[in-house]
Amino acid sequence: MSHDNSPKKLVYMANQIGKFFAPQKHETAVAGIANHLTKFWDPSMRTKIVRHLSDGGEGLDPLVREAVQTLRVEQSDDAGYFG
Amino acid sequence: MSLITEIDYGTPASRSDKTVTLTIDGMEVHVPEGTSIMRAAMEVGTKIPKLCATDMLESFGSCRLCLVEIQGRAGTPASCTTPVAPGMVVHTQTERLKALRKGVMELYISDHPLDCLTCAVNGNCELQTEAGNVGLRDARYGYAGANHLADKKDESNPYFTYDPAKCIVCNRCIRACEEVQGTFALTIDGRGFGSRVSAGQMESFFESECVSCGACVQACPTATLVEKSVIDIGQAEHSAVTTCAYCGVGCSFKAEMRGEELIRMVPYKDGKANHGHSCVKGRFAWGYATHRDRILKPMIRAKVSDPWREVSWDEAIGHAASEFKRIQAAHGKNSVGGITSSRCTNEETYLVQKLVRAGFGNNNVDTCARVCHSPTGYGLGTAFGTSAGTQDFDSVDETDVVLIIGANPTDAHPVFASRMKKRLREGAKLIILDPRRIDLVRMPHVAADYHLPLQPGTNVAVLTALAHVLVTEGLVNEAFVRERCDWQEFQDWAEFVSKPRNSPEEVAKVAGVPADTIRKAARLYATGGNAAIYYGLGVTEHSQGSTTVLAIANLALATGNLGRRGVGVNPLRGQNNVQGACDMGSFPHEFSGYRHVSNDAVRSIFEKAWGVALDKEPGLRIPNMFDAAVEGTFRGIYVQGEDILQSDPDTTHVARSLAAMECVVVQDLFLNETANYAHVFLPGCTFLEKDGTFTNAERRIGRVRKVMSPKNGFGDWEITMALSNAMGFPMNYAHPSEIMDEIAATTPTFAGVSYAKLDEAGSVQWPCNESAPEGTPIMHIDAFARGKGKFVVTEYVATDERTGARFPLLLTTGRILSHYNVGAQTRRTANVAWHEEDRLEIHPHDAEQRGVRDGDWVKVSSRAGETTLRALVTDRVATGVVYTTFHHPSTQANVVTTDFSDWATNCPEYKVTAVQTSRSNGPTGWQERYREQAEQSRRIAETVEAAE
Ligand code: SF4
Ligand code: SF4
Ligand code: SF4
Ligand code: FES
Repeated sequence: MSHDNSPKKLVYMANQIGKFFAPQKHETAVAGIANHLTKFWDPSMRTKIVRHLSDGGEGLDPLVREAVQTLRVEQSDDAGYFG
Repeated sequence: MSLITEIDYGTPASRSDKTVTLTIDGMEVHVPEGTSIMRAAMEVGTKIPKLCATDMLESFGSCRLCLVEIQGRAGTPASCTTPVAPGMVVHTQTERLKALRKGVMELYISDHPLDCLTCAVNGNCELQTEAGNVGLRDARYGYAGANHLADKKDESNPYFTYDPAKCIVCNRCIRACEEVQGTFALTIDGRGFGSRVSAGQMESFFESECVSCGACVQACPTATLVEKSVIDIGQAEHSAVTTCAYCGVGCSFKAEMRGEELIRMVPYKDGKANHGHSCVKGRFAWGYATHRDRILKPMIRAKVSDPWREVSWDEAIGHAASEFKRIQAAHGKNSVGGITSSRCTNEETYLVQKLVRAGFGNNNVDTCARVCHSPTGYGLGTAFGTSAGTQDFDSVDETDVVLIIGANPTDAHPVFASRMKKRLREGAKLIILDPRRIDLVRMPHVAADYHLPLQPGTNVAVLTALAHVLVTEGLVNEAFVRERCDWQEFQDWAEFVSKPRNSPEEVAKVAGVPADTIRKAARLYATGGNAAIYYGLGVTEHSQGSTTVLAIANLALATGNLGRRGVGVNPLRGQNNVQGACDMGSFPHEFSGYRHVSNDAVRSIFEKAWGVALDKEPGLRIPNMFDAAVEGTFRGIYVQGEDILQSDPDTTHVARSLAAMECVVVQDLFLNETANYAHVFLPGCTFLEKDGTFTNAERRIGRVRKVMSPKNGFGDWEITMALSNAMGFPMNYAHPSEIMDEIAATTPTFAGVSYAKLDEAGSVQWPCNESAPEGTPIMHIDAFARGKGKFVVTEYVATDERTGARFPLLLTTGRILSHYNVGAQTRRTANVAWHEEDRLEIHPHDAEQRGVRDGDWVKVSSRAGETTLRALVTDRVATGVVYTTFHHPSTQANVVTTDFSDWATNCPEYKVTAVQTSRSNGPTGWQERYREQAEQSRRIAETVEAAE
């Protein structure tokens, strides 16, 4: 595993989440994965995984692909809080 | 402030709800059936002289000082061993009793030195007091006869002495060690006049089985067993009740003081978590508070290779704030964050997350609970709706089957372990799931009925196999499940666990535990009566940590072991305020009270209270922060009370990410390992120097009371406040109680909590609000916090951390009794006497294969790194498994742990690392370089006095 929020590591983490939900019914599993990513991943990580999917999504398990597909890319506000 | 003196009723309270009425010295007394005459008398303020009785212990009846006369009964029975009876008429003072007592006292005194004036417990000695009470004026027997006055002192224990010359052989110490502590370290050696208290087989206290809990010292009515600090300083003149700052048991202590000097910590009998008991850490290991290594002045430096420069508080805070602002202006508001610690008070943790959310304007706040109990939050939150244990500690008194998973209570939660052992001695059954043979598997008067020494990393498989037995053998409590859970979810789960691959026979192959043992353990858990699960970090610190917590919850739901006393699911929290830190909203995705940041209604509560708009997206978790730092998008961090470099996994990676940051601000007592990479150091203070609250593993909120001025000048909450003000986000609290008022106002589960409430009740367990004004000892009584209990399918997924030819052994980590976490505090106390270094436990077979002998230096390497330490050859660990602690920075056990983590929470997988070990000559290159760097980094520039 490489050491940064690089797609490779994020792909690994997303697949790990996927494996937990995999035994559940298909729709529940996809929704569960998407919900988990939205609830616990900060937007920059989500943006990266969404981009990675649009770049082909190498390494993502099928269920996780489906879940990532449902995520919207949020516009992150990069302006400094104090100006 | 005055000295708090607790009444000693002589014998324990009776739990009977039947009342008995009797007359004592002409007064009518009503007490519960089973109460002793001695206690009944004390209830109305009549103190019957006594020596061998004390209310922490069952009565013994040996000293014969407590005699009374009972109308219509012959003789003079001992009031401590005689229970009350209806209509009984008791006289506590008659001519006959007076003479008898004087006679008894005379005998004691004739074998007791009369150096009262210079004795350490002068003014606080029960023998002295009772001699006065019975009117002893003369010892007719003199000292001519045989006596023990020349017996030698045992000063081997670092904290207390044993002076046999002063012993009256009342047996209180021996009974305390048995009944309260459950260690059985003391015996009476010899007979009759020759009988003496002895530790073990005539060993010194230090060499014996004694774990230095202090129960015997507290029980001793004379100066025989006495704290060395009392011998050194003298008796205290005032005291305050406070909460231990070490582990999640949260024991209450009286801090006994003389001026601002702490003399001793005495466990408080009214403390609802500990009922007057303690362990070596809370009782004795507080010397770090005045240790010379403490940093008392703020310091800054431009580069971590520079020496530190002492500066004023204004300069240090101003510098930190301007750095954070500069970084945010250049790299975006999300480029900084903060980490709080389970060692800090609730109020401090709340302020740090408030500073990050409102002051930094992002949600990049996390707490060290990330690396220990975050899966508990996720798992129990999902299953029951509350991220906390379901019971109070007292609940164990009604437990029939104790199931311990991945926890080592006698070392990590000693005072609760003593309670548990008491219940086990009363006959409760015990099941232990642990790769290692922890002490509870077999110790004096306690033996596990089943020990399942599973392979590290197979918790989910084994728990699911237990569930398989429940379902396939018809042991499910269907009535409970139908009423309290979602029936459809249960059925899906039942179908899943029933699959052949989840049977004990299949699981045995991966877990290395006989199928038959799994079956028997499951049957016992389901049918043995009230069954309670206690678990620790051996559950959470795995890639499937959250799944394991869910699997545990499933077992309790399926058997209906929830919602009443004696049962439940109980995470044993590591550090003192793990529960509190989580409650206070220090996770990046949730506000206090476990409410997600994306919840508009909740966010608006805080936006209104704080007057700023808040981010609705979750922030970075600790490991994500490290990764983002290496990537270059995260550049500044405020770390309060946490040593991330030593305690987080994969030290090399943590070091690299800290080195990549532009501003690391560390607030701590000592220049800890993280501070080697810091640019600003803000000296913090100990729990003795500030007010606040801690929340223990049973959700009990206890007060921390300031007993001395902060040596660094400020309470930690004041430092966070100053930083926030300098950042431009105003915070103005005059006292931590005002912070608690804000927590109560914004957090429904804390609505009824205030310092006034805590002063009145002593402590309360959240939820404490309108519907539970006195708090909630047992949760989920009629319904779960989330409504229906949720069954979740728990598929076993083997960790990717696999053994192979290169790394054939599994390393798992843990802790020991005398040290606390990274050891920064306990290493600075005499506790080092018990554990000078971390050792690698290795099975004799594995050791032999590698030519390793006990005490040899060995190298431990994993794919993350390598370190060396000395070996301890023992069959406590199974073949194929090695074990170590992480209390010493020189060992750096986390150099070898990897960055694998829990799928749901990123809690690191500390408990499983594939390693190889081999003999070695000494420290690795990494250790050498690290030591050099640490030395360099800890230099403090000489202050040059400015010329006039
Ligand atoms: S200190 Fe505790 S363990 Fe040691 S002898 Fe006393 S009661 Fe027993
Ligand atoms: S050491 Fe103290 S408690 Fe123990 S028998 Fe002697 S006097 Fe009693
Ligand atoms: S360390 Fe834990 S068990 Fe020991 S005294 Fe402190 S709170 Fe109690
Ligand atoms: S106090 Fe009752 S016999 Fe000692």
